[in-house]
Amino acid sequence: MNSSEISYKKPLLETPFHKRTSENCYSNNWYRWAGYKVVNEYSSTELEYTAVRNTAGVFDITPMHKYEIKGEDAKQFINKLITKDISNIQSNQIAYGIWCNEDGMVIDDGTIFCFNENHFRIFCAERNLNWFSDTATGFKVTIEDISTSIAALAFQGPLSCKILNLLKVNNIENLKPFHFDNYNIENHNVTISRTGFSGDLGYEIWCDPSQAIDVWDSLFKFNRDYKVLAAGMSALEMVRIEAGFIQPNVDFMSAEQALRPNRMRNPYELGLGWLVNLEKKYFTGKQALIRHKENGIEKKLVGLDVEGDKPAVGSVLYDNSKKNKAKEIGIVTAAMWSPVLKSNIAIGFVNKEHYKLGSNVYAEIYHPEELDYRKIWAECKVVKRQFFNNPRRNAVPAFK
Amino acid sequence: MNKTNYDVAIIGGGHNGLTTACYLAKAGLKVVIVERHEYVGGAAVSRELHPGWTYSNCSYVCSLLRPEIFRDLELAKHGLQIIPYEGSASMLDDGRFYAHYQDHDLTYRSIAQFSKKDAEAYDRFGKDVMRQCKIIKPLLKMTPPDPTSFAPKDIMGLFEFAKYFAAKDELGGLGEKEIYDTIRFWTMSVRDYLEEYFESDIVKVHLAGSAIIGTALGPYSPGSAYVLLHHYMGEVDGTVGAWGYARGGMGSITKAMASSFKANNGEIIAGSPVTKILIKNNKSYGLVLENGDEIYANKIVSNLDVKRTFLKVVEEKELPGDFYKAVKNFKIRGSSGKLNIALDDLPIWKSIPVGDPAGTGDLHITQSIEEMEGAYDDWKDGKWSEFPYVDMCIPSINDPTMAPQGKHYMSVFVQYVPYNLANGGWTEEKRLEFGKHVMGRIGSYSKNFNDIINHAEIRTPKEIEAEVGLTEGNIFQGELTMDQLMFNRPVPGYAQYKTPIKNLYMCGSSTHPGGGVMGAPGANAAREILKDLNKKISTHYI
Repeated sequence: MNSSEISYKKPLLETPFHKRTSENCYSNNWYRWAGYKVVNEYSSTELEYTAVRNTAGVFDITPMHKYEIKGEDAKQFINKLITKDISNIQSNQIAYGIWCNEDGMVIDDGTIFCFNENHFRIFCAERNLNWFSDTATGFKVTIEDISTSIAALAFQGPLSCKILNLLKVNNIENLKPFHFDNYNIENHNVTISRTGFSGDLGYEIWCDPSQAIDVWDSLFKFNRDYKVLAAGMSALEMVRIEAGFIQPNVDFMSAEQALRPNRMRNPYELGLGWLVNLEKKYFTGKQALIRHKENGIEKKLVGLDVEGDKPAVGSVLYDNSKKNKAKEIGIVTAAMWSPVLKSNIAIGFVNKEHYKLGSNVYAEIYHPEELDYRKIWAECKVVKRQFFNNPRRNAVPAFK
Repeated sequence: MNKTNYDVAIIGGGHNGLTTACYLAKAGLKVVIVERHEYVGGAAVSRELHPGWTYSNCSYVCSLLRPEIFRDLELAKHGLQIIPYEGSASMLDDGRFYAHYQDHDLTYRSIAQFSKKDAEAYDRFGKDVMRQCKIIKPLLKMTPPDPTSFAPKDIMGLFEFAKYFAAKDELGGLGEKEIYDTIRFWTMSVRDYLEEYFESDIVKVHLAGSAIIGTALGPYSPGSAYVLLHHYMGEVDGTVGAWGYARGGMGSITKAMASSFKANNGEIIAGSPVTKILIKNNKSYGLVLENGDEIYANKIVSNLDVKRTFLKVVEEKELPGDFYKAVKNFKIRGSSGKLNIALDDLPIWKSIPVGDPAGTGDLHITQSIEEMEGAYDDWKDGKWSEFPYVDMCIPSINDPTMAPQGKHYMSVFVQYVPYNLANGGWTEEKRLEFGKHVMGRIGSYSKNFNDIINHAEIRTPKEIEAEVGLTEGNIFQGELTMDQLMFNRPVPGYAQYKTPIKNLYMCGSSTHPGGGVMGAPGANAAREILKDLNKKISTHYI
């Protein structure tokens, strides 16, 4: 369907992979992402998740927003937009960055692909054309929303490199993390980046929508020997929590979307201080961020290792092992039982008295059990947010 | 001569020895494991016995390993990953197959092909077994209280024990009926138990398999129902009774444990059989290795089975007579064999289609409980079963690391195989004949099995005993019968990981709660040792 066509009967668009994703989506369980229909669960989230951790999983990530940045000031523009310094970025390199408003509050994060000094491409979760255009005032740069012109797959898991090798994708094992290049998959020219949400070895494959189905089929070509599965957003949510990646409007409110100013978060509160370079001459939000850094933070997004095996979904966090003496000190934003770690993990905000690694906090978990709730007061230890970090992730040459 | 002093020396680096070692090292103790082989793992090993293939050549699937232990020892960080089963099946002689799947409705329809009543009864059975598992789960972590002792800890223990039966918090309290059910479940035969639920032969025999694996009981033997329960009380990510593959084979479990142990400054002396435990004035103080070296330690822990510990490495004169006798009488009968087969292609079954998840988990060919009992009768006569019960699986379908691309590894567990073969005992020819017989049985359910066998390792109880050190090759380090469980395991009066020798402890599957790659005996032993040393650690398990 042409994306410019509007049908009130079909408010959601279909991605170029729709023919394949819908064939495989036995459960008919769809997820709404940026105006598209993508699969939430094909038939079993457990198996889709297992594939990502054991063989490889294929996610349709076409709905990601994609912006083409071109012009002689392209690099300066990006350096004004984001909080970290990309002065030394090289062609074919990718930067992970965040951008803030003038108050130093985080709007979104994204991957920034450098084709050359004058040509970049930004991939991100939320719509940002307005913000980017406003930021570009005075720069010789054009910003184009190219979201519908590129089909995208995330191909994640320990066998991802092996399978690309079997598909004769030349030299893919030497592609470094946070780099991209042009490759050929069975006579289709594609761009492949070594990026992804899984915290493991994995790639993202970008191609022309006309090639989408062929590229999809190629990834499943060796399924007799290696069970690659199409994986839905439910499985993606699991692996991204394990990898400790945060999501705007899930773990924090985007500053562009928060109605209540006190819901906005600065990078230090999100544990993303390492992405802020206050030495850089100027960037949006710099003055505010200097103040935020000086003042310190009231709360921080941390990883939590939760006692027991009942996920602390939506739990409020407290400061005392005794419920009647406890004071509220935070909230869980994402939680799960991690099958690969055999641990009960969560991401959440805790106040400044409790965000140091090793601190103890307590979650009140309402665990549904045969039409009743078991209320559990679970001890949680503050840990690094990156729960899963396999050495395969950054190995060069990649594991095959 | 080596005279290093350790806080604790552990004999044997099986999964329980490693578990004990890890917890003790975590508590800051100086711990050494002395292992006979060049590699650790005991019966949880991955071995490349044919180039390109990895065999889980003893234990082959994982479910019972306590998740708390997984978490405490950070086994994921040290490389362990469990891949859940997607199904299981029994193949029928008439060309059909009976299957269980992850999907509940699919399982219902699969059973309903044989009996709609059984398909419904399966849910009732599942619920009842789950309830029993919930009762037993906290008991696994307990040191069994001594019912004859008036020590406060034993009285408290008995009280705890009773409390778990009431199971107020987990299950809302059990009524009289459930307590009767528990006692019946623990004592009756699996055949009688299943008769109360099911009418179809194939349903019953498929489920009965768990009750005879590794045990010298038949499905008609009282006590066999408990063995079924023992195999159901594991879990994969909260699904009680679920099984999975350890990625890279069962050795991944013990490799991860060894790595975790070393990360806490643990030391492993490999390739050094222990010939003797040094004892003076009824106190153990060290070990003698085969090369003559001596190792001194304040506490000695044996991961060997109780017979091997007290009949092989402790001198008889050191032991009280009644204890020695009880050890001699401990039932640890060999009844299982194991085939590890390298296949050049995927086996094509006559019944299960390629790609059906039913073919990726445990597969069976026994047609009825009667056939299964017949297999047991053969064992009693000192013969391998003419129609053996096999628990076979092809881990390489799900685990990409076990075999070269396009090729497969098949693990075949065989019940029943006697330790002492009638008519002259085991010979090399008889071992090969046994393997050929089992492969012939499997081959008759496949279209290509006989043509794709590239290599096979054939193990009778003799080989299992010789390599792993398990007496008679008994996989549980002793039968899981009521007379040898809880406060009777391994020997009445010595169920708390202690022995008549001061400072000498046991941590293997001969102790409560018994066999399977569970780690609970090892972790419980560590807790007792730490208690005796007045050391505290705070972990999920202890």
